[in-house]
Amino acid sequence: MGNVEYSQDARKALTGYVLGLADDCLVLGQRVAEWLGHAPAMELDIACSNLSLDLIGQAQFYYEYAGELENAGRSADDLAFMRDEHEYRNHLLVEQLNGDFGKTIVRHYLFSQFSLLRSNGLAKSNDPKIAAIAQKSVRELEYHVKFSADWVRRLALGTEEGHSRIQTAIDDLWSFTSELFNDVEQESALFSAGLAVAPSMFEEEWCSQVNSLFAEAGIKIPEHATLITKGRMAGHHTEHLGHLLAEMQFLQRAYPGLAW
Amino acid sequence: MIDFHTIPSSHDAAKASVHKKGTIEHVWDVLRSVPDPEVPVLSVVDLGVVRTVQLKGQEKVSVDVTPTYSGCPATALINASISVALEAVGYVPEIHTVLSPAWTSDWMSEQGREKLREYGIAPPSPCGTRGADLPMTCPHCGSSKTKVVSEFGSTACKALFKCESCLEPFEYFKCI
Repeated sequence: MGNVEYSQDARKALTGYVLGLADDCLVLGQRVAEWLGHAPAMELDIACSNLSLDLIGQAQFYYEYAGELENAGRSADDLAFMRDEHEYRNHLLVEQLNGDFGKTIVRHYLFSQFSLLRSNGLAKSNDPKIAAIAQKSVRELEYHVKFSADWVRRLALGTEEGHSRIQTAIDDLWSFTSELFNDVEQESALFSAGLAVAPSMFEEEWCSQVNSLFAEAGIKIPEHATLITKGRMAGHHTEHLGHLLAEMQFLQRAYPGLAW
Repeated sequence: MIDFHTIPSSHDAAKASVHKKGTIEHVWDVLRSVPDPEVPVLSVVDLGVVRTVQLKGQEKVSVDVTPTYSGCPATALINASISVALEAVGYVPEIHTVLSPAWTSDWMSEQGREKLREYGIAPPSPCGTRGADLPMTCPHCGSSKTKVVSEFGSTACKALFKCESCLEPFEYFKCI
């Protein structure tokens, strides 16, 4: 796989974009891993760890590549553990608290459906490394979508309690979905160069998948999704990301360079 | 860090190899003696993760290895096991991780599939059937009256099933 030569500006924009891909995977991977030892059933405990492993694996590939593009000697671990909250570029949806298992499942479905469509687009990226990581992710994400969609159905169509919890979850999380489809200005040159995919390109497909699942599950999707903050590109996050990073980064901050 | 105690030190298959050291066939024999750390009944060659092998001169060996799943914790151990096995018989190995084309369970050898079934794990269906709920045959009793318990099993690559005829639980190596 030959390395592509980029101008300084393109390289900088691409580094930021790849970091965003990595941050989405890592933050959601860390969140899902919080279920380890706490999930409602042993099979779900195991499933959550496996979902998390896939995501952290994808994050690692993207961080390694971001470090290569940045060319400042930062490793995947440096990028994951030594950056602060405002430097994280993940979507606000993935940092939201796990809540009950229903909320975790709804968040996982909304994001993996997005991530699957984005990875499908990125699998055709003109950047061979991004394309390779995305192609690998697609196969894994198909299982994430299937697993979370099955659980949305099972919970929403099972008991009244399950139904009301899935409804509450979508009411709580829906406002964070609008950010997924902002074509941010800093990335527009990457979209036109075919290196990255503009999320607006697959918004319709995402909506149709999501609407059809929730209609089948008898769940009402809120009419509006508005995010009040400027979001990830401005370094704005909800209060939850800082707490997540504090726990995840503690060891490397306290003992920099520590290895297992 | 890798615990080298878990890596088998004797590579009988390699020692028993009919091929002469310093030939590409011999290198493949050595690789066929390296077990997958999570499903030891399979060799890394059966698993299909060894993509390319090049022999430079008599000793230098370059091996391209592709990970099964992005987050598979066995990846580092697989690479280390391959190095150790090759070094043990006098090669100087160089391991490269390649991501593209992405690994698919279709690359698992026929022999590997048979070994899996004997081991009690249902082998992967063809990759094109991904997402379809195919009837799964129980590797213990051969019944097709089985049901899925969970899409995710003891490792990222396996799903959990239960046989409704013999009532035994079993794992299925997912197609990906």
